[in-house]
Amino acid sequence: MFYREAGQFKPSYAADAAIFPIFQDRIGMAVILALAFVVVPFTATPYLFSAILIPFLILSLATLGLNILTGYAGQLSLGTAAFMAVGAFASYNFMLRVPGMPILLAFAGGGVMAALVGILFGLPSLRIRGFYLAVATLAAQFFILWFLTKVGWITNYSSSGVITAQKMVILGYEFNTPAAKYLLVLSIVALMALAAKNMARGNVGRSWMAVRDMDVAAEVIGIRLMRAKLLAFAVSSFYCGVAGALFAYAYLGTVEPEAYNLDLSFRILFMVIIGGVGTVLGSFLGSAFITLLPVVLSVTVRFLDSSLGLHIPESVISNLELMVFGGLIIFFLIVEPHGLARLWQIGKEKLRLWPFPH
Amino acid sequence: MSFFFEVLIGGLLSGVMYSLVALGFVLVYKASGVFNFAQGALVFFAALTFVGFQESGLPFWVALPATLGVMIVLAIVIERVVLRPLVNQPQITLFMATIGLSFFIEGMAQMMWGANVRGLELGLQDEPIAWISASTGMNISKFDLAAAGVAAVLVAVLAVFFNRTRIGRALRAVADDHQAALAVGIPLQQIWAIVWGVAGAVALVAGLLWGARNGVQYALTFVALKALPVLILGGFESVPGAIVGGLIIGASEKLAEVYLGPYVGGGIEGWFPYVLALVFLLVRPEGLFGEKIIRRI
Repeated sequence: MFYREAGQFKPSYAADAAIFPIFQDRIGMAVILALAFVVVPFTATPYLFSAILIPFLILSLATLGLNILTGYAGQLSLGTAAFMAVGAFASYNFMLRVPGMPILLAFAGGGVMAALVGILFGLPSLRIRGFYLAVATLAAQFFILWFLTKVGWITNYSSSGVITAQKMVILGYEFNTPAAKYLLVLSIVALMALAAKNMARGNVGRSWMAVRDMDVAAEVIGIRLMRAKLLAFAVSSFYCGVAGALFAYAYLGTVEPEAYNLDLSFRILFMVIIGGVGTVLGSFLGSAFITLLPVVLSVTVRFLDSSLGLHIPESVISNLELMVFGGLIIFFLIVEPHGLARLWQIGKEKLRLWPFPH
Repeated sequence: MSFFFEVLIGGLLSGVMYSLVALGFVLVYKASGVFNFAQGALVFFAALTFVGFQESGLPFWVALPATLGVMIVLAIVIERVVLRPLVNQPQITLFMATIGLSFFIEGMAQMMWGANVRGLELGLQDEPIAWISASTGMNISKFDLAAAGVAAVLVAVLAVFFNRTRIGRALRAVADDHQAALAVGIPLQQIWAIVWGVAGAVALVAGLLWGARNGVQYALTFVALKALPVLILGGFESVPGAIVGGLIIGASEKLAEVYLGPYVGGGIEGWFPYVLALVFLLVRPEGLFGEKIIRRI
């Protein structure tokens, strides 16, 4: 009844290619943004900010980065966390070594460094495909972390390899409360998500999708494979690099290279698959799901534990969480192999007809 | 020079251990096109189950078939619960499912048998063979040599199984073409259960050897990460590739650690195999013995 596209005419090509072509979607998006920017900062508790909302947003950004590479351009990568690490440590060094470096520029610089490293490790993708490439990207994961640990200059010769992120000051205002950090992260993520959405509908995104669907055919119709693939690696790594820098500056505070281990790479890949391959919305849904799942699980188990008086030992609880986590992932893959974003598609169909069944 | 050969032979023998894990990957990939990331978890589960049985008082020759039985039951359950509903999904979805599976198996293994580190006694000492070190000055571990022997026997058995038995032929048919195999009346689901069962058995052998070497602990799941470069170097679909790849990776990794490591601060074992495999793939994108990739529009 309310979600109807009927009567919404598009008189120009520009209107037809809009990011949100449906009027109700634009309203919905505006409401979500208003909620996130205005309502949440006044209502959420510091715990909610620093334990759930901030990591959720940062990981959404990283997921978006991997989704560009895997979902749009079809190149499977298992080295996401390493590119995040590059971004984080590059930002740290920009702040440390360039006097008066603005923090936002340092984040961007971290992203650019990650993009350069991404191009380097993307070069094999011109020859290698599929799982061979996936395993080959593990080389990036292990090599980069080793490199960051071994080269003392990067961590400013800190004996333990741990770096402490500098203060985030923009125009004299220091972002140090959870709410302020949340707003900063949210602004960056919202802007970059908009950029990703924009890229996906344009020339670049379409060439990526052509490469994903069949690279030989894409080449035949005149898409430059090398450019498209390396651009995907660069953009994806840029997103991951910025996410990694935010991960260090707005979430962890003190980081060591080991924080960006293979586990994180896998978690981000999970977010892509569970959320929906090749959708911007899915990156956020997947990230929300994987971030919330362990929290919900442990709360549930602890609630059951105390209410039933079972006193399950801690080790059993952690193993149980591992099992439920693995089981739920398999379950989701079976019931909705196209990811959570697909559920929204189905919901949209239903909304169009509501309140009538047909 | 004898030091070089000692490192080389040590590397080759440890490469055999990698091959054992890589074999499990190859078997499943060959027959179902699934990149089974849970192989490392299977190795861990098998070793832990075996030790658990031994601790509850079973002798070696009872614990071994009992664990084998558990692995086969697990394989059938995996086929039923995970693989069957995911038939015809893209490969990456199946890959993710096996990562979920590995979480599940790791949790289950530790829940059943506890998470503490255990020793595993196979009656083989990890010590140099006296007469070789006396005559040539090289230290070659008795244990490594025995592991290589076990691997050789295992590969021979698998080769006979694949080439000479009815089930083996069916497996190769399925690997070649799912639909054609179905059309001539080969039961796909049974075949997959068998393949996962065989992969479970290979995981058991790998788990016993790795467990005896490093202790049965959570770190055993990481041997899968050692097997991956072996896999891409040798080719995903090739049993001989897994062996040859293992030997190359093992030898070059040890040589690099000894001769290259000191110049760059050590600890290069973690990434060197990957970079080696990566460079190699640039020349041959399908690995040493992988199926030639022909692409058409």
